[in-house]
Amino acid sequence: MPGLAKTIKGLWSLIVGLGVTGVEFFRPQLTVHYPRKEVDNLATYRGHIDLVARDDDPLTPRCIVCRKCVAACPSGCIAIESRLVGAEPGGDARELSLAPGLIVTGSHAAPPPRQKIRREVAAFHLNYNLCSLCGLCVQTCPVQSLAFSREAYLCGSSRADFEFELLERLRRRAPAGGQRAA
Amino acid sequence: MGFNWLSEPRGDYYTRHFVPTPEAEGDRLILNLGPQHPSTHGVLRVVVEMDGEYIMKAEPVLGYIHRMQEKMGEVKTWRQYLPNMGRVDYLHALAWNWAYVGAVEKLAGIEVPPRAEYIRVITCELNRISSHLLWWGAYLLDLGAFTPILYAFADRERIMDILQMVTGSRLTYCYYRFGGVSADLGEGFIQATRDFLKQFKTRIPMFHDLVTGNMILRGRCEQIGVLPLEMARRYGATGPVLRGSGLAYDTRRAEPYSVYPSLDFQVPVGVNGDAMDRYDVRLAEMTQSIAIIEQALEAMPDGPHINPDVHERLKPPAGEVYYAVEGGRGKIGVHLISDGGPRPYRVKLRSPSFCNLQLFAELAQGTLLADAVSILGSLDLVIPEIDR
Repeated sequence: MPGLAKTIKGLWSLIVGLGVTGVEFFRPQLTVHYPRKEVDNLATYRGHIDLVARDDDPLTPRCIVCRKCVAACPSGCIAIESRLVGAEPGGDARELSLAPGLIVTGSHAAPPPRQKIRREVAAFHLNYNLCSLCGLCVQTCPVQSLAFSREAYLCGSSRADFEFELLERLRRRAPAGGQRAA
Repeated sequence: MGFNWLSEPRGDYYTRHFVPTPEAEGDRLILNLGPQHPSTHGVLRVVVEMDGEYIMKAEPVLGYIHRMQEKMGEVKTWRQYLPNMGRVDYLHALAWNWAYVGAVEKLAGIEVPPRAEYIRVITCELNRISSHLLWWGAYLLDLGAFTPILYAFADRERIMDILQMVTGSRLTYCYYRFGGVSADLGEGFIQATRDFLKQFKTRIPMFHDLVTGNMILRGRCEQIGVLPLEMARRYGATGPVLRGSGLAYDTRRAEPYSVYPSLDFQVPVGVNGDAMDRYDVRLAEMTQSIAIIEQALEAMPDGPHINPDVHERLKPPAGEVYYAVEGGRGKIGVHLISDGGPRPYRVKLRSPSFCNLQLFAELAQGTLLADAVSILGSLDLVIPEIDR
């Protein structure tokens, strides 16, 4: 008799399980059929990093070329090329301050006015092949010049397709005919 | 006179361990489960010697996805090593995150704001539920039930959506930082978590109706792979594998860390130590995790989510430290040695799956091949964590 009771209980368990599936069968479908529909969580998606433009100039990134992101990156994805701006074409302002003994100036001559020299991004390379999206660069940036893009649909057929030049991307993103603010 | 392939000294190092004795020759079959096998999630290889349908000897072969995670710690700075932690155990990545940042915080004496502690509890427990859900679906898939994994994934997707809101990733999270977490929880996250928990509470009884009572599942789990407590201890098993054998050892209670002492939860244990007990323990743990998250959401104070005083180029003082947390598969331990420099001198990772796998050789002896698959699944192994 206990054997029979066990069998009946076992069969009942199968019916209960089928009941669950049966109810679920008439519920709305949960699967999102991708090309026709999109999932609703793309707003919080974190793609590769992108440069953020200055508030007053959509063509120039906020980046001050401190290279903290380069040092923070665990995988060496980032490489920045920079150039000095603000120096006069001859570049004499720098030489003066570096080698004052070589310059003969009259005792009454005023020192040349200090020039404001700053570094500017010439190119910002990102090798997305190596990136693990940890976000350490974004967190480290002192001027919030880096942000995650929302590129969920990224595809390519070679490694070169994932080597980005972020400055170019920033310029392409800028509103059409974006001019340097006066 | 046919060609006797069994006496041929072929195969690799591992299969040559299995050359049958002369008297058994002819009856024995040497079989490779894996490295690529549907019942081993990842590239684990188990060499088994079969006599008919029975396993006489089994030997797990490791190392197919060894990535030198420990060695990598020595060439990266303390902070650069953070993303590695999400890749050791990809299913409960936040527990590994926690073990590493916890160890560094202990070594460098970094204070963690209370809000950050609660955020860690909430996100880590959500991650634990998603880890157990995947195990539940995949285990039943191993046993031949296809539907449960679809139910498990429906809920797991919701957890991943919630965690994506703050971490930005869906699987290999890199969210915890020294002295806190990288982003604060917004109102959207809290509301979404509350909604999820409310709905998920009704799903667990449904899971039980769907399969737990099922006579086929019971036939494949009850009295299969009975693990005596003494043997579990001998192999250093932890987590649901150990608790299934009846010992209420949970790192959250045994070596309390963070705010767990102030939270009220039970440590579920099994009685017989069979595959069914390990199944029950994991399902009960999901219920406990719900309770923990609810309490943590209530108790979470306002304030900063990260300690702003942690230096970017952190150099903890020379010394060593061990920090352990409870992961989905057991005790996760990180042992760090610092020489006061910008990089760790040595990183040792104690992964629970490694110990839990070693049981298998002894547990599988004398069982049917089909039962061995059930035993292997019930251990909830994550192969990248075994190899590291």
